[in-house]
Amino acid sequence: MSTTTSPRQAPLVFRGARRILVSREFSVFAALALLIIVTTSINPRFLSAQGISDILLNSSIFVVMAVGEAMVIITRNVDLSVGSTLGLTAYSTGAVYAAFPHVSLVVVFVIGIVFGGILGAINGLVVGAAKVPALVITLGTLYIYRGVNYAWAGSNQYFVGNDPAEFGNLSVQTFYGVPVLAIIALAATVIFGIYLYGARSGRDLYAIGSDPSAARVFGIPVDIRVFGAFVACGALTGLAGVLYASRFSSVGADTGTGYELQIVAAVVVGGVAIFGGSGTVVGAAIGAVLLTTMTGALASLNVSKFWQQAVVGVLIIAAILITRLLALRNTRRLKVSEARNV
Amino acid sequence: MSNPPATDGAAVLELRTVAKSFGSVVALADGSVTIRAGEIHALVGENGAGKSTMVKIIAGIYQPDSGQIMLRGEPTRFRDAAAAKAAGISVIYQEPTLFPDLSVAENIFIGRQPRNRLGLVDRQKMRSDARELFTRLGVPIDPDRVAEGLSIADQQIIEIAKAISLDAKILVMDEPTAALSGAEVDRLFEVARGLRDGGAGILFISHRFDEIFSLCDRITVMRDGAFVAVHDVTEIDVDGLVREMVGRDINTLFPKKDATIGDVVVSVRDLSSIGVFEGISFDVHAGEIVGLSGLVGAGRTEVARAVFGIDPYDAGSVTISGKPLHKHSPRAAIAAGMGFVPEDRRKQGLVMDLSVAKNATLTLRKQLARFGIISGRAEQAMAEKWTKQLQVKTGSLELAVSTLSGGNQQKVVLAKWLATNPLFLIVDEPTRGIDVGTKAEVHRLMSELAGRGIAILMISSELPEVLGMADTILVMHEGRITATLPRSEATAESVMYAASTNAGATK
Repeated sequence: MSTTTSPRQAPLVFRGARRILVSREFSVFAALALLIIVTTSINPRFLSAQGISDILLNSSIFVVMAVGEAMVIITRNVDLSVGSTLGLTAYSTGAVYAAFPHVSLVVVFVIGIVFGGILGAINGLVVGAAKVPALVITLGTLYIYRGVNYAWAGSNQYFVGNDPAEFGNLSVQTFYGVPVLAIIALAATVIFGIYLYGARSGRDLYAIGSDPSAARVFGIPVDIRVFGAFVACGALTGLAGVLYASRFSSVGADTGTGYELQIVAAVVVGGVAIFGGSGTVVGAAIGAVLLTTMTGALASLNVSKFWQQAVVGVLIIAAILITRLLALRNTRRLKVSEARNV
Repeated sequence: MSNPPATDGAAVLELRTVAKSFGSVVALADGSVTIRAGEIHALVGENGAGKSTMVKIIAGIYQPDSGQIMLRGEPTRFRDAAAAKAAGISVIYQEPTLFPDLSVAENIFIGRQPRNRLGLVDRQKMRSDARELFTRLGVPIDPDRVAEGLSIADQQIIEIAKAISLDAKILVMDEPTAALSGAEVDRLFEVARGLRDGGAGILFISHRFDEIFSLCDRITVMRDGAFVAVHDVTEIDVDGLVREMVGRDINTLFPKKDATIGDVVVSVRDLSSIGVFEGISFDVHAGEIVGLSGLVGAGRTEVARAVFGIDPYDAGSVTISGKPLHKHSPRAAIAAGMGFVPEDRRKQGLVMDLSVAKNATLTLRKQLARFGIISGRAEQAMAEKWTKQLQVKTGSLELAVSTLSGGNQQKVVLAKWLATNPLFLIVDEPTRGIDVGTKAEVHRLMSELAGRGIAILMISSELPEVLGMADTILVMHEGRITATLPRSEATAESVMYAASTNAGATK
């Protein structure tokens, strides 16, 4: 019998602490902390009140999207249409305000979330029905949604930043010093984090990503769960679209172009395995903060914009290499324990 | 170990003349079995007898084309795996189906994890429940570790823990002992007996007769996708069982013409790969067909892949024409005159979307190329020569290989290797999935190749094929060669016996 029994004698507190220390989320968080410390030691203004507020505001929208994307990637799928979904929902926010200037804030949010959810549902339905990799389907809807956005908006742009002041203020207001946007992002992370950690259906997502055919054999409703993940991703991206309109004010035909790759990058850097089955939305959220902070930090260190992109690339490859190394180590351990069995 | 008398429990699950086809291939023609409460029921048959198809029908993964499933006397249909599970059926597959990224405890309880007041998964309770199960099974597996990296034996234990925790009324075990050591098997049997005495009906599939006779109460025999007989374990012995499993006339089907057997071409000595196979030694002579027989999973293909250099091995040597062959280098193997016709033609033998001509000459690119560019005319000529010789039936050499029938695809693969003038050819399951008519043609072809002095190693799961074609038969069981039989001594019984037991291990 070849079983690796963990030291059960160790007090629970230490076991808990150890588990946190070796988790992928912690290493991403450590990287983020290191980045902030190094940058601040060179440029102290980076960590001013304004600097922190900027980091939080800039990353909030990405965090919300990364949480949604992480859910889809955990099921061994991917949603490449999130940039276009963000564009459509952001523009629709502008359109709603143009048509009904006195519409309430809640209704605007609900419209954005539901619209995003519908776009996500289309992805989920086609992926489930066509049995074609999500990569291909959502690459298609990336262009379709963007095309619809162009046809709808043309050269028109809406400026919603201060028209209804209450909407524009959303991205300026703070609550006990914390930007409201950041609180929304945190709430999304916590809610979906608990769902994935604690709900049975949330755990199903991991099982599906870990081995889709085994999940089917097991009687897990694979198609329904994957559909749900796409809807959640779309809805969260819809929420991000509304937040985008509030924060950046101007929304048009090309809003959010190219975001999809940044989001996927954030999720992967945050420790979610690109082939599904492992990782957390918390990690993805930290990954999103890390990537936005990285951009800000490099800018404040006067690194050229071109190099900033290269650094992001290095980060992605590093994250994937770490995952691969861990997997290799596991395989070797398996082979050794097998050999002992013979 | 004595067998308690078969209990006269009521039938918990009954399959009546269940049939299942995939396209034109009949996987199961007449699947019938009755499992009673409180019995362990063995299901035996050769490879391809339809056992696995039957298991998948019971598990709800396949839906039968015809026939009836009776659950506790009521006709039933299982729409999917979840429906079968809800009916109290638990299946342990030969290859455990765990989720590598999830913890051991979660693997046991996925989809039905204990929940706390908030409706969230109660990890504390899940962990202690899992630990309790393992204590009951007497194994020290940490419920918190991820399933990735667990040995097959441990994975099997987890599957069993899962079945126990489900309180399964019907438990199907598809060769659960294939990867287990003696002590682990004993423990598994103890658990199985415990479940039986608790009133569960167990269907046990195994190729090990000793296990069947020590554990089971009744035995159902299948052959060629159909029910043959059912016996109380006390009224039949191994010989009788083997006769029923094989039971067909095999002398007329696959004649190999006698060829003059020449010098040793390939010589394999003490080849070992840790955990896969061990101490494999054999010779193949010019003009000889050596049949490598054994059950699925015995390690036959792995040996062939190691000999050809696709996979590395840990110890031993391969020599061809007296010269040692570099290990782990198919390129060196091809250069030395080896050819390999893999089992999965679609994945390994052919480029399905390329033309017949291109496929047939794929291994000859160097020879055909001048200054690195392949001459279309030379390619065409070479392809024409070989496809004509092998009688490949194709409309045009320009058609994609995927348009050909299985048998003709197999001929193109053969053509591909023959064009290299090999000394030694490995053929893995040459006639799997090929209709009977073309089968005979493939056999005629191989016989002809041997006649030309090519040494052939043929892996085959079909007893008649091995008995009819091979001059020498090697039988493998669990990574070792358990018998080496010349054609004159080989019978279906002796091969089957060596494939199912360790008895002949010290030959």
